[in-house]
Order: sequence, then structure tokens, then C-alpha cells
Amino acid sequence: MSRLHDMGGRFGDGPVVPEPEDVIFHADWHPRAMALTVATGAVGAFNLDMSRHARESLSPKDYMRFSYYEKWLGGLANVLTQVGVVTREELAGTVDPTPSPLAERKLNADRVAGVLAKGGPVDRPSDVAPVFAAGDLVVARRFADNADVSGGHTRLPSYAAGARGRILRLHGTHVFPDSNAHGGGEAPEPLYAVVFAAAELWAHPEHPHDEVVVDMWQSYLTAAT
Amino acid sequence: MPHDHPSHDDPHALLPSDPALRVKALETLLTKKGLIDPAALDEIIDTYENKIGPRNGARVVARAWSNPAFRDALLKDATAVVADLGFYGRQGEHMMAVENTDKVHNMVVCTLCSCYPWPLLGIPPGWYKSDAYRARVVREPRKVLADFGVILPEETAVRVWDSTAEMRYLVIPQRPAGTEGMDEEALMALVSRDSMIGTGLAGAS
Repeated sequence: MSRLHDMGGRFGDGPVVPEPEDVIFHADWHPRAMALTVATGAVGAFNLDMSRHARESLSPKDYMRFSYYEKWLGGLANVLTQVGVVTREELAGTVDPTPSPLAERKLNADRVAGVLAKGGPVDRPSDVAPVFAAGDLVVARRFADNADVSGGHTRLPSYAAGARGRILRLHGTHVFPDSNAHGGGEAPEPLYAVVFAAAELWAHPEHPHDEVVVDMWQSYLTAAT
Repeated sequence: MPHDHPSHDDPHALLPSDPALRVKALETLLTKKGLIDPAALDEIIDTYENKIGPRNGARVVARAWSNPAFRDALLKDATAVVADLGFYGRQGEHMMAVENTDKVHNMVVCTLCSCYPWPLLGIPPGWYKSDAYRARVVREPRKVLADFGVILPEETAVRVWDSTAEMRYLVIPQRPAGTEGMDEEALMALVSRDSMIGTGLAGAS
């Protein structure tokens, strides 16, 4: 029940290859793909969680063969179609494009600096009261799947599903991606940093004192008994 | 239970398969629909190629090393502190600074995608976005560090931060020995991008 993007802990990927700090993009079209995605996102036709879900929902075959920015382009084309901003015929180039009713929200060059500086904070007031405090022992939900939508978006990685950890910190109350990616609204709830001993996650941890911290929403967690 | 939309027959397959042509086709389409200003794309690219990058983060680290009150405030509420320096923005809305010590070495990853503190470090490097880093660093951080030529003392624990939410993490590397008396500009030169992700040490290169 996992998707390929959920790869934390996977075996067989080979070395990580360092690169100099001044290498920012690796092909001429990469910056264009990045900027196109950022600018289109600023129109507000879809939210960040829908955008992430579109990338991770690429078929396994596409997810593996696409380079990083090809995943961005694939996800962008898919999500724009999903929300009805472009049609399949427009993507295929078989019809003349129709002007979009969202055109008035277009990000013009003179607004770029302001929009990038403003960002998109996701902390929100919430009716859901925090039930855990720093030091509390918790267990992560057993299945790394969306609780309401089978195969839907979740930010619970498989390697931590079902694992026992400890609350390190309450970050605040944040938009819940599992809801927001599927039209369920922002549904903000408490978000915690949860720390797991490496030995709780891996059969062969490298070091007895190593740890992994995962940010988890309250509904991913139950109190450890 | 509702099911997610099927992924076969994806709309993206209607675009040209060559990625350079694909991005051009999509840009042309969205421009014709009035959703994109091509000049805005130039501006976004210029921002991340020339204006926002890891020197921002290096300034934060160098100041934390030289100013204890700044360091304390940074560890308490990084978002507010970096905003005061003008480093608030897209993909850095909720910041947390984590400090390396003799006991703990911090590393940052996003196993599910590529979340990264853009206003402080710019666009993530290729390796940060790679399958190898995302898959391995949570399970074998020391072997990943070895790929970067870093070997930690046996008594140092590794704490890996997986950026699964909108919290973004900046590692404050340990200040190298023998740098007492150096000013902020000189200290900045010791702070590599990798040292602020946790795959490097400050002053190492």
C-alpha cells in the first residue's frame, strides 16, 4: 500500500554524490520547469498538498524513469487537468487554448519578489487541543496510508508507521495535508516533532544512540501503553 | 471508502516526451491561457540563481557563533530571528535551528519529496533530491556521511530530521577550533551549504 516516493530506509540505491555549491541546475530547462511550477502555484488553482500528491501519484513507471523536474512537470500537468484549469485537448495541442477565468490572478513579474517573500505559512488556529506534551511516549499509526482516502495523500512515512517514539516538541497547529490534498479543507491540528530510536525503525541500526525525528500530526499518533 | 483517482492514462503523457519540449509546451499553453507571465519566470529564476542561496544561511550560522544572545533567540524561535534578517519566505515559513554538539550531529532530509529551507539555502542540491540520499540517510546516516568524507567520533549520536511537514530545519554546525577573534564575514566563509544540512562540517574545505 505504499507509493514509490515513500522511500525512506529502502535498500540498493548506491552512493550519494556530493556536488559544488555553485551547481544549482543541471540542464537548461530545469530552471524553467522550477519557475513554471512556482508561478502556476501562485495562481491558487490548487494547494501545496494537492501539488505534492500529484507528483507522488505518478505511476510507478513514470516516477522511476522521470528525473526530478520531469516529476514536477508531470505532476503540474496532471493537477491542472484534475482541477479543470486545462483540458486534455489543450495539453495535446488539438484545440486552441481558452483564456482562463483565473487569469486575473496571474503572477506578474513585478509581484514575484513580494510573493516569494510572503511565502505561504500553514500555521492556523485550531479547535483541536494538543493531547501530548514533550516527553510523552506515542505510537505512530500502523498504516502509512490516508485514513479516509485509500491511496490518498499522507505525510506519514512507511518506515515510521507503527513505531514507538517520544514527543520532542509541539510545533503548533498546522494545516493537515491528508485532508487538504483531497478537498477536505485545511482541518488544522497539532503538529509534533516525534523522535524515534534508530533501533525502533531498523533491524540493523548503525549506532545505539542514533535517532530519527519525524514531524507528525496528532491524528497519526496514539498514546503508548 | 473513497478511492483515489486512477493514475493510468495520465494527462501529462499528452505533452511532448522530451522534457525541454515538454516545459516549453506547458509554458506556451499556460501563457496563452493567461495564467503565466514569462517575465515572471525569468524573475523567479534570477531570484534563486543570484539572490537567494546558502550564503543567507551562512550569515545566520556565523552570527550564532559570534553572538550568544542571537544564538539563544535562534534556537528558541528561528522563524522570527531569520525574518529579522530578511530571510523569511517561500519554503521557509516555519523554521527551526538545530545545533550540533560533541554529543549530537544533526542531519536534514525529506524522505517523501525534497522539502528544504529555500530562503536560507536556496534550491536544494541534486544529491539532496536524489533517491539515494532520501532512501539511505534515515537508515544509515554514517555511511552517507562517509560519501561526503565525514567520519564522526564514536561517541557522537546522529539525529536525522525528516521534513515531513512544513517545518524547515537549519543545522548549526560546530564552530571550528582556532577561529576565535574572526569576524562574521570571515566566519561565513567557513560555513558550507553541506554543513548546514548536516552532510558536512564547518571549515572542512
